[in-house]
Amino acid sequence: MLDSKIPEGKLADKWDNYKEHVKLVNPANRKKLDVIVVGTGLAGASCAASLGELGYNVKSFCFQDSPRRAHSVAAQGGVNAAKNYKNDGDSVFRMFSDTIKGGDFRSREANVYRLAECSASLIDQAVAQGVPFAREYGGYLNNRSFGGVQVSRTFYARGQTGQQLLLGAYQALMRQVGANKVKTYTRHEMLDLVVINGKAKGIITRDLVTGEIERHAANAVVLASGGYGKVYYLSTLAMGCNTSAIWRAHKKGAYMSGVSWIQFHPTCLPQSGEHQSKLTLMSESLRNDGRIWVPKKAHDERKPNDIPEEERDYYLERRYPTFGNLAPRDISSRAAKERIDAGCGVGVMKNAVFLDFSKAIKEQGKEKIKEKYSNLFKMYDKINAVNAYEEPMLISPAAHFTMGGLWVDYELMTTIPGLFALGEANFADHGANRLGANSLLQASVDGYFIAPYSVPNYLAGELKAEKITTDHLAFVEAEHAVKQQLQQFLDINGHLSADHFHKTLGKLLYNGCGLSRTKASLENAIVLIRELRAQFYTELKITGDHTVNSELEKAGRVADYLDLGILMCEDALSREESCGAHFREEYQTPDGEALRNDKDYCYVSAWEWKGANAEHELHKEPLVFENVSLTVRSYK
Amino acid sequence: MKIYLKIWRQDSPATPGAMKNYELDDVSQDMSFLEMMDLLNESLIQKSQRVVEFDHDCREGICGQCGMMINGRAHGPLTHTTTCQLHMRSFKDGDTIYIEPFRAAAFPIVRDLKVDRKAFDNIIQAGGFISASTGQTPEANGILISHAIAEAAFDAAACIGCGACVATCKNSSADLFTSAKITQLALLPQGKVERTERVIAMVDQMDAEGFGHCTNTEACEVECPQEISVLHIARMNYEYNKALIISH
Repeated sequence: MLDSKIPEGKLADKWDNYKEHVKLVNPANRKKLDVIVVGTGLAGASCAASLGELGYNVKSFCFQDSPRRAHSVAAQGGVNAAKNYKNDGDSVFRMFSDTIKGGDFRSREANVYRLAECSASLIDQAVAQGVPFAREYGGYLNNRSFGGVQVSRTFYARGQTGQQLLLGAYQALMRQVGANKVKTYTRHEMLDLVVINGKAKGIITRDLVTGEIERHAANAVVLASGGYGKVYYLSTLAMGCNTSAIWRAHKKGAYMSGVSWIQFHPTCLPQSGEHQSKLTLMSESLRNDGRIWVPKKAHDERKPNDIPEEERDYYLERRYPTFGNLAPRDISSRAAKERIDAGCGVGVMKNAVFLDFSKAIKEQGKEKIKEKYSNLFKMYDKINAVNAYEEPMLISPAAHFTMGGLWVDYELMTTIPGLFALGEANFADHGANRLGANSLLQASVDGYFIAPYSVPNYLAGELKAEKITTDHLAFVEAEHAVKQQLQQFLDINGHLSADHFHKTLGKLLYNGCGLSRTKASLENAIVLIRELRAQFYTELKITGDHTVNSELEKAGRVADYLDLGILMCEDALSREESCGAHFREEYQTPDGEALRNDKDYCYVSAWEWKGANAEHELHKEPLVFENVSLTVRSYK
Repeated sequence: MKIYLKIWRQDSPATPGAMKNYELDDVSQDMSFLEMMDLLNESLIQKSQRVVEFDHDCREGICGQCGMMINGRAHGPLTHTTTCQLHMRSFKDGDTIYIEPFRAAAFPIVRDLKVDRKAFDNIIQAGGFISASTGQTPEANGILISHAIAEAAFDAAACIGCGACVATCKNSSADLFTSAKITQLALLPQGKVERTERVIAMVDQMDAEGFGHCTNTEACEVECPQEISVLHIARMNYEYNKALIISH
């Protein structure tokens, strides 16, 4: 049975209750305990640094050449915190209820409340580290608004908030490296989890330079390896983002939750051709001043500036007058798809909508807009050779953030004792849709403020446990299996590259399990992905050797994506309702909004791996709402 | 477009490398430079050859992992643009493009165009931080920072750590990288406490890593994707000299 371990007491007291009763480890004993942290993004770096500061021995792994590259670096717009600096009615409870509603009532109350509760401390922490957040002229911190809320609670550092927060965490991490409390393993990829007597005891990694397969033992393992949106190939994620760490843990017994809940970000640059490798995100903050529209007439070939005002359809303002251009991401993306499908899409591939700043420039002046968004306008110009101060940007929805991930309890521990999942790698706080600027927040809160309590709470019980070494048979077997798989990839010697399979899988998922899904599209996708997976194991071609070999790295990641793609479809198929980013066309209101079914689906799915040739088993964690009422989520 | 490529191929740090010739027929103007490299690698796989290894990740100019010398310039012909943000529309049909790794004694070659930039991590590790452990921090608005100082600190903090400054410098100096971090932290009130120890530790580490000295050519600022100003180098020198006086 799934036990979420929610502490007793009133919602506002739960986290304090937990902290007051958590087991502690004597400072002298901490140096006897080893913790592995996989991933050096905001969640991983902050967790590794914080545990190092406490005195534990931390090994920190990343596949990039430096911990500073992790994809948190690319988050642009901001980070939310309930500071109420603007005196506009914000509070911890308001932030909690916005986030619960934003997630379409498919997340745990206690987790979400804790996220809001810890948010203010994160801003304090980041400022102390030297993160140069935007300031007002009086020297106070500035805020802006983000989608899905009516208060200003988003702190930002121009359009590079993720970079600045990550560098803060990276610098804290490097400080602990210098203090010999953390050892970093860069260009290392985790390829298996080692489980001994039901507990996580280490990992198998591949050194991406020498090709050596290594065994690393520890008293606890923390996965902060990010999201799996790159499963769609075309996405806003970095090329190396992958599901391998969490998927291999899943195959060792950790359940996966909300697997099909994938956010499509409404403001990305549209695909322009077959060669494309990624879809660049333009920060949601642009929607504070940009107005989204398409021509009223389908197949309108005129240039945007030649289309008169009365022939433009500002469809978000039309459909959602209260929130307008700041409607949440899932709703904005679906509304764009609706217009594109109706033939009103613009751009070369007719797959985009306009994001127009002319009104804001007229009202506020070009300089003001430049100050807020200059790096984004510059980026747009670099990629498209178009000056967005003069004509509207072209934007389109793209796969972005995975609300789903490893199932974790209140302590962020997975179904394998001693294995924790932090940040985007877990499913915990965002429900079926994440609000803008909550991602940086969740990653940071998990790493700075939650893991430093919950990981020691577990470690306290491990002090007297038998010390495991890497000679243990479980390590030998796991290493052997990893080597065998790598050799298998090299031996297939077919004729199709790993990228070919990845791109094909991405197309199947965009069509079958994308912005909207149907029973038929999902069933069809499952059949096609199974065929593709079979073909992968007979027709893959990897050139090169056992050492530095980016193709070999890709093959392992694509193999995991193929398995994951099937589970995504099964997860979406089993949920016969629409909620948040999960939009089943069969379940919608007459005006095209998501139709939730709280009677039958007010639960979190938790899928158990049963073997390569068996069906997953679905477990359900019921969601209980005591502090908010389950309402129809309306932004009209 | 038809594009001719001359690319540095080197198996390992221990083996000698050489420029090798390649041709691509169907390059589109809209491709990014790295998508052109993807196309090349796809064609090499079809010919059963080892692909060209190169570093890249976010492909949106912020992670700092990509970087090549393209026709002799760090990140290619555009100023203030990472390799991943460069597009093939900057080239024309029939062009020959020379592609080499970022070269510096402190950036040893891993394979082909991949280099090891661990020296940058070591410089940060030496002192590129504020010693603020988790939990011990005051209320964020407790210390006011003027708009101008916050913006100036950001300008320095924007560095992505790609190493173009080092690659383009005739002395392989890391002064721009190191000085940007020193400036950011020296400007902010939170960073002033450790400024003396920090600047000495970071500059010493920079020298220990084998980077050369700055001779004020200012080529680094031209190539820097984040337009980090060489004025930070002047500030670093000021901070360093002041620190030497204080600490002796």
